[in-house]
Amino acid sequence: MLRPLITIRHIPSIDFMGLHKLGFVLSAVLTIGSIVLFLTQGLNFGIDFAGGTLIEARTQGPAHLAEMRSTLDGLGLGAVSLQGFGSPDEVLIRVARQPGGDQAQMDAVAKVQHALGSGVDYRRTEVVGPEVGGELIRAGILATVLALFAIAAYVSLRFNWQFGIGAMLSTLHDTITTVGLFSLLQIEFNLTTLAAILTIAGYSVNDTVVIYDRVRETSRKYKTMDFRTLINKSLNETLSRTILTVSTVALAVLALFFFGGEVLRGFSIAMLWGIIVGTYSSLFIAAPILYYVQPRRSSRAKKEDTQAETQGAS
Amino acid sequence: MLYFPKWLVALILGICALGVVFTIPNLFSTQTVDRWPNFLPKKQVSLGLDLRGGSYLLYQVDMRSVITERLNDVVDGLRSEFRTAKIGYVGLGASNDAIHFTLREPDRMEEVRTLVRKVDPDLDMTTGADGAVSLKFNAVALNNVQRQIVDQSIEIVRRRIDETGTKEPSIQREGEDRIVLELPGVENPEFVKRILGKTAKMTFQLVDENASVGPGGHPPPGDEALPLKDGHSPPGATIVVQRRVLVSGETLTDAQATFDQYGAPAVNFKFNAEGARRFGDATKNNVGKRFAIVLDNAVISAPVIREPILGGQGIITGSFTTESANELALELRAGALPAPLVPLEERTVGPGLGADSIHAGALACIIGVILVVVFMTVFYGLFGLFANVALFFNLCLMMASLTVLGATLTLPGIAGIALTLGMAVDANVLIYERIREEVRGGRSLISSLQAGFERAFGTIFDSHLTTLVAGFLMFFLGSGPVKGFAVTLSIGVITSLFSAILVTRLQIVSWLRRTKPKAIPI
Repeated sequence: MLRPLITIRHIPSIDFMGLHKLGFVLSAVLTIGSIVLFLTQGLNFGIDFAGGTLIEARTQGPAHLAEMRSTLDGLGLGAVSLQGFGSPDEVLIRVARQPGGDQAQMDAVAKVQHALGSGVDYRRTEVVGPEVGGELIRAGILATVLALFAIAAYVSLRFNWQFGIGAMLSTLHDTITTVGLFSLLQIEFNLTTLAAILTIAGYSVNDTVVIYDRVRETSRKYKTMDFRTLINKSLNETLSRTILTVSTVALAVLALFFFGGEVLRGFSIAMLWGIIVGTYSSLFIAAPILYYVQPRRSSRAKKEDTQAETQGAS
Repeated sequence: MLYFPKWLVALILGICALGVVFTIPNLFSTQTVDRWPNFLPKKQVSLGLDLRGGSYLLYQVDMRSVITERLNDVVDGLRSEFRTAKIGYVGLGASNDAIHFTLREPDRMEEVRTLVRKVDPDLDMTTGADGAVSLKFNAVALNNVQRQIVDQSIEIVRRRIDETGTKEPSIQREGEDRIVLELPGVENPEFVKRILGKTAKMTFQLVDENASVGPGGHPPPGDEALPLKDGHSPPGATIVVQRRVLVSGETLTDAQATFDQYGAPAVNFKFNAEGARRFGDATKNNVGKRFAIVLDNAVISAPVIREPILGGQGIITGSFTTESANELALELRAGALPAPLVPLEERTVGPGLGADSIHAGALACIIGVILVVVFMTVFYGLFGLFANVALFFNLCLMMASLTVLGATLTLPGIAGIALTLGMAVDANVLIYERIREEVRGGRSLISSLQAGFERAFGTIFDSHLTTLVAGFLMFFLGSGPVKGFAVTLSIGVITSLFSAILVTRLQIVSWLRRTKPKAIPI
C-alpha cells in the first residue's frame, strides 16, 4: 500500500492570537503604505487602461535597444518607450497617444514600422483610444467593489454578519496590498492584472471561509470555551490544510510564472503575492477580527450540534 | 455516503468518459481531425484571437452625425414651410442636438407647433418668452433611431467584410452603440479599416451652373456648395449643386471596378428598375447640363449629360487608382453605412505570437500538473493518487466543457486552467485532512472516511462558491481577456467539485471493497 512520504501528524499549538496585534500593525503599515504609493507613484497602466499604441516586434538577432530608441525618438511622436520583452530579440514599443483621431495613431504605427525598416517581425499591434481605457478602469473598479460586497454578503448569509465583516476586511487588505505591490515595482497594470486581483479576492475568501467554518464548528462543540482559545484551536487544526493548499496553488502559479510566457508574467506575480498575502490575512486578520466582533453563538446551532452528535454516534 | 447505487457509478463513469472523448480532438491538428470518420466527435475548442492570430476592431457608431443631418433636414423643411405660411422668424439653425429660432409674432405659436409636427413628429418643442423656440428629438425616438442605425450598420459591415473574403469573421453589437469585429487570420487590418472608414453614401444631383460661391459666401436657397474632388480641380475647389437628389445610391444593384476608354481606373454601376427609370428621366430632361456624383458630401465627378442614359448603367471616372476603384465598387455593392464608424480600439496578433502563447501556456499547465501530482503523492500516498486521477478527469472535463459549450479559449483562459489545477486539489486536501483528524480522534476506518467526506462537503461548497462569485462578476463586468479567464475559472470550479468529491469517493469506495483494509494509509 502506497503510504505518504511526509505526514503532518502533529497538531501544532501556535499562539496565533498572541501574534495578532503584530499582524494588525504589519497589515496597517502595508495597507497605508500601498495607498500612499498608489497616490504618489501611481500605477504603471498598460495601454488597456492608459490608451495609446503598443507594438511587439521581433528583430533578427539581438535587438539594439539604444539604437532603436534614438531612431524612434527622432520621429517626433512624443514619449516612446522601449523595453526588452522575454528573449533578447524581442522589443516592446509603446507610443503615447497622438493628438488627432485614429488616423494619427495608425500613422504613428506606420512611421515606427517604416523607421525600423524591414527584417522586423511585428508580432502584436494594439491601439486603444482614451475613451475605452477610462471605461475599462471604471468597470474594473466596479467589479472589484461588487466582488467585495458580494463576498461579504455571502459570508454574512452563510455565517453571521460578524464573519462577513472579517472576510471583507481581510479581502480588502489583500486587494489593496496587491495594488500597492504593483505601484512599488511599477509592473505593468493591465486587464489580466485586474483578473488576477479578482481571483485573489476569491481565493482569499476561500481560505477565510475554511477557517471560519472551523471556528463555527468548534464554537458549537465547546460552548463555554473563550474566543481566544477557540480561534487558536481552529487555526491550528486547519493549519496543515492551509499550508498544503497554498503549496499546490503556489506550484501551479510558479509553473505559470516560469513557463507561461511574458504576457502572463504580471498575472503570475500578482497571483503569487495574492495567495501568500491571502493566506496570511486569513490567519492574522480574518480570524482575530472575530475576537473583537464576537459572533453570537446561536441557539439554532445547539440543535444542529446535538443532531450531529447523535448522527456521529450512530 | 459509502454506498454507491449502480446508476450513480454509471453516471460518474459516463461523465468521465464523455470528458475524455470530447477532449481528444483538441490533442490533434485540425487537418487530422477532419479526416476522422463522422461518428467520432470532431469539435475542437475555439481559440481566441490572442492564440490563433488575427485582428480585433472596436467601432463606435457615430450617432451625432446622423442626428445633425436629420436636424439640418428639419431646418430646411421648416424654412420652406414658414415661407409658404408667411411666418417671420430670426436665427433659425441647428446646433449640437437642438434647433433654435425666435418667432417675430409670438402669438402664432400654435400654427408653428402644427407645422413642426408636420415636418418631423419626433420633435419635442419647448417655447420661451418672446417667441423663442427650441426643438429636440424625444428620447424614445432617439433610442429607436439608434437601435435601427446600429442594426443596419452591423448588416452593412458584415456585407463589406464578406466581400473581403475573410474567413469566420465575427461581427457583434457591444453595448448600445458599438460594434466589435473579430477577424481571425487577418494580420494587417489596414484594408478592412479603409473600407469601413467611409460611409459611401452616393447621390446624383444636378450642378447649378448659374450659381457660384466665393469664400465665405452662401449658396442660393435650394443649393449647396460641396468640395470638388474630381482629380483635376485644385484642392479646396467647390462646386454648387442643387440639393434635390435625382437618384440615390440605394437604388444601385451592382458596382464593379473597370477601366474607362482611356485606360484609367473607373467604377461601373447598375441601377435597379426604379433607379434606372429615375436616372433616365433626369438625364433626358437635362441634356447639356452637368450632373454631380456626390460621395460622402464631396463631388467626385461632374460630367456633362450628352444624351439621355436609359440603360440603367453608368460609369464613374475621376481620380481613381486601381485600388480605390476596387474599394469604392465594394462599398457601393455592400451598401452605404447609415452613420460613420469611429474606431476606438484595435488589436492585432500575428500567428507567431499566438503559437508561442499556446506552447507557453500548455507547457505551464503540464509542468503545473506534474508538480501538483508529485506533491499530492508525496503528502497523501495512495489517496494522493486517487486525487491525481480525479485531477486528470477534472482537466478533461474542463476542456470538454469549453469545447462543447463553444467557449473561446484565450491566453488568460489558459492561466485560469493552470490556476484551477492548483485549486482543484484543495477539495481533496480538505477531505483528507478531515479524515486524518477523525482517525486521530479515535474513530473507526469506515466512520472516519464517512465523517471526512460529510463534514468537508459544507466547507468545500462554501469556499468554491465564493470563487464562483468572483468568476461571475468578472464574466459580466470584465471585457476581452478578463472574460476568457472568468469562463475557464468558473467551469474549473464546477468540474472540480464533481471530480474531487464524486470521482475521488468512488475510487476510495471501490478500493475499500477490493482490499478490505484495516487502516487508512494517510
